[in-house]
Amino acid sequence: MGFKDQLMRALAFYDEVLRMPHRAEIKRELRDENDIFYLLCFSEMLGLPNPVSYYTLELYPEMVEEFHDWHLRMGMEKSPIDGIRCC
Amino acid sequence: MSGILLAIIGMIILALGYRFYSKFIARRIYRLDPKFQTPAHQFNDGVDFVPTRKSVLWAHHFTSIAGAAPIMGPAIAVYWGWLPAFLWVVLGTVFAAGVHDFGALFLSQRNKGLSIGTLANRLIGRRAKLLFLFIILLLLLMVVAVFAWVIASLFIDYPASVISVLIQIPLAVLIGMYFLRRGKGILIPSIIALAVMYGTAVIASYIPALQIDLVQYLGGEDATVAFGLDAVTMAFLIWMLILFAYVYVASTLPVWKLLQPRDYINAHQTFIGIAIFLLGLLFLNPEVTAPTTRSVDDVSWLPLLFITIACGAVSGFHSLVASGTSSKQLDKETDARLVGYGGAVGEGLVALISIIAVGTLFATTDDFLAAYPSFNVANEEGLGNFIEGAAQLATGLFVPEAIATTIAAVIVVSFAATTMDTGTRLMRYIISEIGREYKAFALTKKHVATSIAVGATLILVLLPEDERGLGGGGYILWPLFGTTNQLLAGIVLMLISIWLVRKGRNFLVSFIPMVFLIVMTIYALFTQLATEWWGDSLLVVLGSIVLAFALWIILEAYLLFKNERGDKLEDDQ
Repeated sequence: MGFKDQLMRALAFYDEVLRMPHRAEIKRELRDENDIFYLLCFSEMLGLPNPVSYYTLELYPEMVEEFHDWHLRMGMEKSPIDGIRCC
Repeated sequence: MSGILLAIIGMIILALGYRFYSKFIARRIYRLDPKFQTPAHQFNDGVDFVPTRKSVLWAHHFTSIAGAAPIMGPAIAVYWGWLPAFLWVVLGTVFAAGVHDFGALFLSQRNKGLSIGTLANRLIGRRAKLLFLFIILLLLLMVVAVFAWVIASLFIDYPASVISVLIQIPLAVLIGMYFLRRGKGILIPSIIALAVMYGTAVIASYIPALQIDLVQYLGGEDATVAFGLDAVTMAFLIWMLILFAYVYVASTLPVWKLLQPRDYINAHQTFIGIAIFLLGLLFLNPEVTAPTTRSVDDVSWLPLLFITIACGAVSGFHSLVASGTSSKQLDKETDARLVGYGGAVGEGLVALISIIAVGTLFATTDDFLAAYPSFNVANEEGLGNFIEGAAQLATGLFVPEAIATTIAAVIVVSFAATTMDTGTRLMRYIISEIGREYKAFALTKKHVATSIAVGATLILVLLPEDERGLGGGGYILWPLFGTTNQLLAGIVLMLISIWLVRKGRNFLVSFIPMVFLIVMTIYALFTQLATEWWGDSLLVVLGSIVLAFALWIILEAYLLFKNERGDKLEDDQ
């Protein structure tokens, strides 16, 4: 491995170390924003009337994939909605 | 004695401690199991629980625990001579701090990555958890108060450093807006920002117009300004208000806007500081002029040495970092040795640097004795002496002394500012947690919790008034901060001991430092309450609260031990 490669590896290591302290907080903020977005899209499923449900249904497969993580995070071990049987 | 020799002896002892003692603990006491599934793998969610390489985790852990505290404590404690400070730092790191940090990390990791407060709840009971939260809150309150005082004092003493520190804020915000927000790397921009800061420091060192010297603006040291306050006090008050306004904003903003870019810049400063120091030491090879030991009349080293140097010898604060974040990211259980024990060794090294910087600062022993005439002066001037000492070592690399002093002050202020706003952020989380425990949900709101944290700290710094006038609060609080910190370390060692007893293992490795720390803190609290603090109502109240907490938690642990033994006897019968 040349000097340049070693230098780049050292810089990548340094960058990773510096990025770490705030990694969790930033990801948590993004996740919260994502949760609000899904709530806006699929509020009908929770009983809140939503005029755009018909259009947001297109995002359904996207949401289903992340649904399992969401209900675990909310403290529910099994899926609370009959329609989605993720576990 | 040569400064290099002292550094080498210290490093060898620390290295031996890591090589042999930590290995013994890892194998025989904690019995690390490479096959154990760590919480990072068990609950891997990509956010809090993420398996991380051990070298990255060690570096992260080390930068989180090393702040201005391991520099300040030793710089004061050299008052009793360099040998007691050196021995306490080196032996404390090997036998107490290493065991404590390693143990807190290991224990939390074995218990699903729970925080140390929740662990206290599990091992002792709910009351213990609440006591724990209050002790941590008090500790953070004092940390923020002490460092606010440190920064304001340094701004007054080193006006050339002010502009560099202030310019860091818009630079950090710009980096956040233009690079982080667009998902770009910020390593290079942050290095450029640091170059701009140091460039400003160089220019400001020679052009008085760029030195923001509030005392001069207010008419010089002897002038009396509004409300009958003199110029120095007024300058102090103004800096305090600016600092707390900054801390409020910094700890409520999303991290990418200010804190993350700023942490990058400060991390570069840490490494530059350590590199310059070590190279300077190598080139100059200065003699340690501080006396080896010194008998003094005002304040005895026993027990005060053990609380004056808290971080750097053993510090309860580390358990918060170890159990809060590091334990959730351990890839393998065996990594805990490097991250926990190795982190403590790194911090011991920073404290060692501080001892050498101050010990070699003066030309002769008489100069040292003149600069450290009493413990009060040592408290007040300790950090300033470190800055002068570090600057002197930097002159070995042909950096002019004026520039070296300004940059050393910038580095120390940046350290202190990081500690201050991390402390405020943590305080906000703890106030929210207490709010949840007592169902006072207003406390869980971000701005309510931050206002309480900032307000309480401001009161703590500004209220107590002694012969040094307004703002003596931060300076008076240093010993109490050390006491609370050591007490926390003692309690964490107690939790480790309880766990080891339950597992039927040899608990002496954590029990002996625990007894030492608890006895020393309570001894120190009693002597300080009875002799020095008597008459200062704030210190008496705070000291009494800490003492009551200490006795209470020991009582809880004693009852637990007694009951467990009773249960065991019944089982046997």
